[in-house]
Amino acid sequence: MGCIENLKYEMILPLGASFKECREYVEKNYPEVWYVEPGYKLFDEYIIGLPPIALGIENGEKITFPYTKPCHGTYLLRIEGKEEVERVRTTAKTKKQAGYR
Amino acid sequence: MTGTDEQKEKTILVLGCPEVPVQQALALYVANGFHERGAEVLVTGNPSVLGLLKVSDPKGVYIQKTLVLETCIGELVEKKRDCDTCIVFAHNDAAIAYAATLRHLLPKSRLVVVVFGKDPEPLAAEINFPCETITEKAVHNPAQLKAKINQVLGWAVSRT
Repeated sequence: MGCIENLKYEMILPLGASFKECREYVEKNYPEVWYVEPGYKLFDEYIIGLPPIALGIENGEKITFPYTKPCHGTYLLRIEGKEEVERVRTTAKTKKQAGYR
Repeated sequence: MTGTDEQKEKTILVLGCPEVPVQQALALYVANGFHERGAEVLVTGNPSVLGLLKVSDPKGVYIQKTLVLETCIGELVEKKRDCDTCIVFAHNDAAIAYAATLRHLLPKSRLVVVVFGKDPEPLAAEINFPCETITEKAVHNPAQLKAKINQVLGWAVSRT
């Protein structure tokens, strides 16, 4: 496994959350949401999933994102990383518009 | 790689978690089928599923090349690898997410998603990207799924 499991993470949605549930949770609960394509690299891991993949930014410091493992399914994790937040803001393709939901 | 190898059709078989027995049998069967038809076959999955295949095929008769799934995804993202045909074995939500990722990374390849397990229909319903799907309730008996794979891949039906 890559480096994500070595980072200090919080599990926002537990194992068994569907990919759709993860996206809906991020869109509903985060004021700043960015969308990326599958294969986008975050915390040195390739993000897997059905596009568009929603990433939630919190206070400019934490990113909430889906993390998929073949045997276990998808988790929604939150990890602190100001540098990764800035990288997402500059490299993600689209941002949720106000009033999107 | 020889010039001949470069001209070979390339196939990637993507395996999910090995907890459903039919996957192992069908992976060997499909890998052999493509190999017999002259294709170069790469099998990718997590270390556990690749380890099981290597034990089943110690001389590499059916499986010639393997790669850990995360490495394979990385090579596809970085455009170091591609294929003509990609077959994804899916029996959980994670595998559908991987199939969607492969659709995005291999937009021109033929993508066939084999959905199986105890309750494959809800999983198949999650597929909202362009691909061919083969859906069959199958856990221990691969016969029906094998027949459907033969049909979709255009292979002669085996009587064995």
